[in-house]
Amino acid sequence: MLHRYLTGWVTAAGISLAAAMPASAQELTIFWAEWDPANYLQELVNEYTEETGVVVTVETTPWPDFQTKTFAELNARGDAYDMVVGDSQWLGAASTGGHYVDLTDFVTENGVDKTFVPATLQYYSLYDGKYWSIPAEGDANGWAYRKDWFEDPAEMAAFKEKYGYDLGVPQGFNQLIDIAEFFHRPDENRYGVALYTQTGYDAMAMGVEQTIFTWGGDLGNYETGQVDGILNSPQNVEALEAYRKLYGFTPPNWTQAFFLENNQAFTEGLVAMAMNYFAFFPALANPAINPHAEATGYFANPPGPNGHHHAALGGQGISVVEYSQNKEEAFKFLEWFIREDVQWRWAELGGYTCHAAVLSSPEFIAATPYNQAFADSMEIVKDFWAVPVFADMLFQMNDRLHPYITTGEGTAQEALDALVGDWNKTLGN
Amino acid sequence: MAVLATLDPRSRAASRGWSDLTIRNAFIFPTIIFLIVFNIFPLVYSLGLSFTEFRASLNKPPEFIGLQNYRELLSDPGIWENFTITAQYVIISVGGQMIVGFGLALLLNRSFPLKGLVTTLLLLPMMLSPAVVGLFWKLLYDPSWGPINYALGIGKFEWLSHPTNALFATALTDIWMWAPFVMLLALAGLSAVPQHLYEAAEIDRAGSWFTFTRITLPLVSPLLMIALIFRTMEAFKTFDLPFVMSTASVETVAIRLYQMAFQGWDTGLSSALAYIVLIVVLAITNVYVKYLNKAKER
Repeated sequence: MLHRYLTGWVTAAGISLAAAMPASAQELTIFWAEWDPANYLQELVNEYTEETGVVVTVETTPWPDFQTKTFAELNARGDAYDMVVGDSQWLGAASTGGHYVDLTDFVTENGVDKTFVPATLQYYSLYDGKYWSIPAEGDANGWAYRKDWFEDPAEMAAFKEKYGYDLGVPQGFNQLIDIAEFFHRPDENRYGVALYTQTGYDAMAMGVEQTIFTWGGDLGNYETGQVDGILNSPQNVEALEAYRKLYGFTPPNWTQAFFLENNQAFTEGLVAMAMNYFAFFPALANPAINPHAEATGYFANPPGPNGHHHAALGGQGISVVEYSQNKEEAFKFLEWFIREDVQWRWAELGGYTCHAAVLSSPEFIAATPYNQAFADSMEIVKDFWAVPVFADMLFQMNDRLHPYITTGEGTAQEALDALVGDWNKTLGN
Repeated sequence: MAVLATLDPRSRAASRGWSDLTIRNAFIFPTIIFLIVFNIFPLVYSLGLSFTEFRASLNKPPEFIGLQNYRELLSDPGIWENFTITAQYVIISVGGQMIVGFGLALLLNRSFPLKGLVTTLLLLPMMLSPAVVGLFWKLLYDPSWGPINYALGIGKFEWLSHPTNALFATALTDIWMWAPFVMLLALAGLSAVPQHLYEAAEIDRAGSWFTFTRITLPLVSPLLMIALIFRTMEAFKTFDLPFVMSTASVETVAIRLYQMAFQGWDTGLSSALAYIVLIVVLAITNVYVKYLNKAKER
């Protein structure tokens, strides 16, 4: 009897110990959001496995859950993930919280600061003078448009008569508004534009900040934390009014739209133009998904009325988790990942490289109908605050600006003034 | 030995010499330990955190700040707006559920062919997952291809775009989903009303309104009150339907709490908000329970 009990206990203890043992160094887990680039990354890392024998798994979770799940694991000091492909806004919280490994030495010793596009390193990696990640999936907010509508002679003539200039890819943001207005014909089930308006996380904020940057405005001084006089500046008020005006040309029920809705509006032939991240444009170029794929064109966010030319940054950098049991192996993987030939392969598979040589090569530009616009956009990107309290600031921005944009409640000035009050409080000004 | 005598001598417990007390403890202690670990400890721990400045995402220990979190929340107009939206949602949703649920119960409290099948079909909505119900109704409300606008002939009316419309539309979905719960409890109450009371009322030539207000309603009210307590508590904490259907258009307290706790990682402040919600729910429930006791005494 005693023997049976002992055997049982020993077996149970053995199973518990085995479960508690850290994963073998021959295995690495990368955590990312559930979308096509994560599938491309899995294909890429399979080649790393073939080369080295180290099994790399790209584990994913749906976008709405991504930030919550990542930080839940990091806050618990969990070692489930060796690397995280995290949003640029997370840098402050993740580095201040001690969750990311400082990659400054790695970046300088391996020349990442010389081979990757400076703007991507600045926004995906740099926080408080240190590098915390390697730019992995470059991305920016761009535009898709219906070439067949734009090139229709009857439409072109009507547009010229109404606005006094030729219909074509907008050369300025005000032209974009004109075009949206021109094609907005609810009676024909045709609408001007699909915009970001969702307030679940950062969707609407990205659309608005892009317009603000385009008007020459800013979200504040990221060095000093000052927001008063910057966030509620006259150019920001004008930019917000422009976004509200553009919202008037969206399809019905457009108060909570993000990448999915914008692409859907486009594939269903509802809109003339759709705002979206470049990472979602492969779907629009795919005839199996988009019946108008052949007639779809792409352009970078046009400059504002004063010539300021900017795009909102998307994409993510890859960081090593401080609590990983396989940090050494993770660094070896990163050494492989930053190689130019691997970055080429990454781009071939559909990933958006931030490697300067690959990004500017004619082969890359010609590879897809949207790569030119992507390369142009990556030179003009600007980003949201990356401070530890970024999430509070995002939700305050959503709370203050969404009612004005979607229902016209109050004025742009009032909304921005109120947001200044919130952000001053959150930033401890 | 006296205790052992109460056990079936052939049982395995008896053969191992376990007393009634041992068996009782074997059932009770795991439950108590479970409750302490998963209910009591988090409750006490989060109460402590509610008096601190603490973000779980940062590498800093909690800093005691007394009642500052509570002061900050109670002086925040945004939080009051969340409570106002929640209160409106509770009134519309629970009020609708009580009326529709009780009405259905009155209709079902009589014999007719296929009564069992009809009752089962009416109970189906509350058996579905709220996330599925939310997504399903979101499609039904769609202004472009949703069948509701088509059936009502109201063109491209935007149910979920404007915050006020979204509040009504979400509450309507909640009514559809949970009115059957009220119906079920009311039906149980109606079937327990002694038939001789109705016979006596009929002999006395009492009118149907008199019979309803003097016999039916007083006797069913304790069960209706229980339904009201459960549905109010649930509606006050509602998260899933507004989250799935209208994201931030209907920002109830629970949604604000989720954003604060799991997206902003403001752990101290969100713990304080959770306690404010708990106190409000307890206060409302206490008022209801008092009425319930009065209704039972009648």
